[in-house]
Amino acid sequence: MEEFSLYVLDITMNSVRAGADKIEIKLEEQGDTLTFTVTDNGCGMSPETVKKLSDPFFTTRKTRSVGLGVPFLKMLAEQTEGSLTIESKEEATHPDDHGTKLTAVFGYHHIDFIPLGNMIDTVMTLIQGYPDIDFTYDHITPRGTVHLSCEELRAVLGEDISLASYEVLEWIRGYLTEGYEEIDQK
Amino acid sequence: MKSLEELMAIRDKMQDKVAVRHASDDIRVVVGMATCGIAAGARPVLNAFVEGVANEGLAERVTVTQTGCIGICQYEPIVEVYEKDKEKVTYVKMTAEKAKEVIERHLKGGKPITEYTIGKVIS
Repeated sequence: MEEFSLYVLDITMNSVRAGADKIEIKLEEQGDTLTFTVTDNGCGMSPETVKKLSDPFFTTRKTRSVGLGVPFLKMLAEQTEGSLTIESKEEATHPDDHGTKLTAVFGYHHIDFIPLGNMIDTVMTLIQGYPDIDFTYDHITPRGTVHLSCEELRAVLGEDISLASYEVLEWIRGYLTEGYEEIDQK
Repeated sequence: MKSLEELMAIRDKMQDKVAVRHASDDIRVVVGMATCGIAAGARPVLNAFVEGVANEGLAERVTVTQTGCIGICQYEPIVEVYEKDKEKVTYVKMTAEKAKEVIERHLKGGKPITEYTIGKVIS
């Protein structure tokens, strides 16, 4: 994949499919590194499953026998001298406190890192597809932070209006665009 | 700066329409958004449908949703169109430009674009 925002979209979809209703996406730029974390309260995975995750020939999906999401991300992390770790608590063994946290560190200025791409489209795609999930998005840079919380938006909109309504999606696009413009000016 | 007041105004404007919105969704457009779809360019295709359906005033009868891997990854981005009492139409190797044509000719005009469907592309 040519832009980093597509990796973020793809990896976050794993949390969606794990049945999470709270998903935090965080990008943090600090010095030469970019740290990407996704934290969810989904069904989690057993330690054996976590171990197999970076193997492309492991997947729980039935439609095809190859799983490329995590291996792709791991490859990108490692070729930029970064790393990928996954911590997970399975629902079966942690009924009150389950979920997964994926942390990927990248050499942000490494020659093999790819453009960040359109993060706004990634966030919008997630909300459009899964308007009932509480996504939190934070992009932290030395110049400022872009922050969006679906829970906060829902508090304003009430229960009846879907975050996937086009009017709301357009507001979110405008809000994020302005947020990015503000930090880009600095 | 986009303000929460603006969001409240959207809420007030939309509250009246909520009842109508749930009343019908005759057509369902489903975009494959697994790794295979995303890597092949599904995100702009999805956005083109979301935008086009809203801008063409089709939102009352067309819903756009996402799904995982359909199992024919080499033909991604894949878009399925479900319409009541009609056979499912599967579009393959989609682009944002083709999406605009599908909105115009299929969703608005009622005629599937055969040359973009799976039967045509494979044979």
